[in-house]
Amino acid sequence: MKPHVGPARWEVLASEPEFRALLRARRRFVVPATLFFIAYYLALPISVGFWPKVMSRPALGPLTLAYCFALSQFAMAWILLALYLRRARHFDVAAARMRRQETHELIDAER
Amino acid sequence: MNAQPSLVMFGVFVGITLVVTYWASGKSHTSLGFYAAHRRIGGLQNGWAIAGDYVSAASFLGITGLVAFYGFDGFMYSVGWLVAYLAVLFLVAEPLRNTGKFTVADLMSFRLRGRGVRAIAALSTLAITLFYLIAQMVGVSAIVNLLLPRFGDIVAIATVGVLMIVYVLFGGMLGTTWVQIIKAGLLLLTAIGLSLLAIGHFQFSLANFFNAASSVRSGGTASNLLQPGLLFHGTLGAWNLISLGLALVLGTAGLPHILMRFFTVPSARAARTSVAWAMVLVGIFYLTTSFMGLGAATIVGKEHIGRRMYAGQAIQYISRHPQQQQDLDAQLTRDGYIVPKPDSNLAAPLLAQQIGGSLLAAFVAAVAFATILAVVAGLTITASSAFAHDIWFSLVRNGHGDENEHLFVARSTALVVGALAIVLSIALRGFNVAFLVGLAFAVAASANVPVILLALGWRRFTRTGAIAGMLAGLISSLALIAIGPVLMGSHAIFPLENPGIVSIPIGLAGAILGTLLARDRESEAMFDQLQVRATTGIGAEV
Repeated sequence: MKPHVGPARWEVLASEPEFRALLRARRRFVVPATLFFIAYYLALPISVGFWPKVMSRPALGPLTLAYCFALSQFAMAWILLALYLRRARHFDVAAARMRRQETHELIDAER
Repeated sequence: MNAQPSLVMFGVFVGITLVVTYWASGKSHTSLGFYAAHRRIGGLQNGWAIAGDYVSAASFLGITGLVAFYGFDGFMYSVGWLVAYLAVLFLVAEPLRNTGKFTVADLMSFRLRGRGVRAIAALSTLAITLFYLIAQMVGVSAIVNLLLPRFGDIVAIATVGVLMIVYVLFGGMLGTTWVQIIKAGLLLLTAIGLSLLAIGHFQFSLANFFNAASSVRSGGTASNLLQPGLLFHGTLGAWNLISLGLALVLGTAGLPHILMRFFTVPSARAARTSVAWAMVLVGIFYLTTSFMGLGAATIVGKEHIGRRMYAGQAIQYISRHPQQQQDLDAQLTRDGYIVPKPDSNLAAPLLAQQIGGSLLAAFVAAVAFATILAVVAGLTITASSAFAHDIWFSLVRNGHGDENEHLFVARSTALVVGALAIVLSIALRGFNVAFLVGLAFAVAASANVPVILLALGWRRFTRTGAIAGMLAGLISSLALIAIGPVLMGSHAIFPLENPGIVSIPIGLAGAILGTLLARDRESEAMFDQLQVRATTGIGAEV
């Protein structure tokens, strides 16, 4: 049987400083990162769609500005991925601590 | 193209996957095993499986062909399909794993309790998976016509359909996962191999390779495939590109068959690891579409890409089309074959033929079939879970009913969905149904994504809001496609091929307006629990 967390307990958990801090830390990364990648991505169809002449200029050898920008999207995605993976390790530690604590509280309550 | 070697290689793939399915069948006797492989798939394995579930034949043959014919503009699809995974990574993978059990509807109805939300969520899942499934299976007949003309298309659709039913029915999620992993390995190997061979054709000099791509001769004129504007041009083209981009980037985070994969791993952390691996694999694959496509354009040449007619067949064709006789005769004497109609879908197999001979071409054709099989199996198990878990078990039986009944309904649904897909695909073969893939992405982006995000992040969000949002997104995507250029041609009322740029805001507006109508205290009260569980994993399904 899985330990059961009652409804009132969730409110307590939600207001704990450690949880608020974890939530804030996650948001501080995820919200700007999401806005950034959407803006960076949309800049590609917008620029090649409305300024095809500019984007057709060769930039790196025969590669056009547009092609370089498109390839840079792969780099952007992988860099953001790496940054998030590094940051998320801290989130994991906090989340695991809260999970452990919660299991202990439940065991205590059952006694 | 000689059909024999392809069939043998495809047979080997089928044989191996059937053995895997037999092994997995001993482990899918519970609903947890059938839908979620007991949540014991590792992050790395799940990453490969996501790649196998995601990269369809439309990507492999379709994008390679678009790059071969339109260069940069075709490559735009590849970019969108990778960047899309950032939305999955940041916004949905981990919360989904922590709050859901088997389906997307689980996440939505976690705090938006009641029958309405779950019913509409299941409906949207069924709509998306069916559109996608039919697009893939009709694609089978197109590929068979091109690659193995002697193998009839009805036989091919039925073979693919029956195999996918067998994988899902007996192997459950575990079997399906391994089919996807094997396919992803084969596909990546093929894509990387073809790319290296293509670059090798230019003495492994990227400068030479891209120089050749920047002035590709075709019919007397040279075009620069590295420039934008060959497929999308003018202001309308720009808006088409932006609308398509939005649907691709946001839609992936709402595709039920991808989201379902996150229930097969043990924890939110493994869900994240699987997105990371998927992004590496999917990214490498989409990079290779550039090399395969530009390689086909420079090495094979656009006018040679299409179904080739040799000797007697060619002479027969020429005699029936006397107005083109001069050109075709010249082509026949020069090349020994004619290509009456260019077909970009053949770019990858013909590139393989040109640089690796007919055995490599046969291998590529077999991999294309394997690709379709893994994707349709993933779609079938997703549709089956939406019906059995959401509609039957949760709505009709109100959560009652035992394991045996649950499994029986799940398997029966897989059978019905599979049979329905076979019948519909045979009926629709010969039609161009590529727009169905775009439609699936548009519905996912407009109906699912706004509601998933608001359910996870907005305390005030209500059941009415969720239902209004999903219906608004679903109906507006369907309606705009119906009155758009894909189905109405030049008489289109709505000018864009992909409705994303309009339907996504409509879905979001529906969800927000529906919420502002009335408070929903019950759903608000559940928000704390959802937030704690989504972020920390306390109480998550194990």
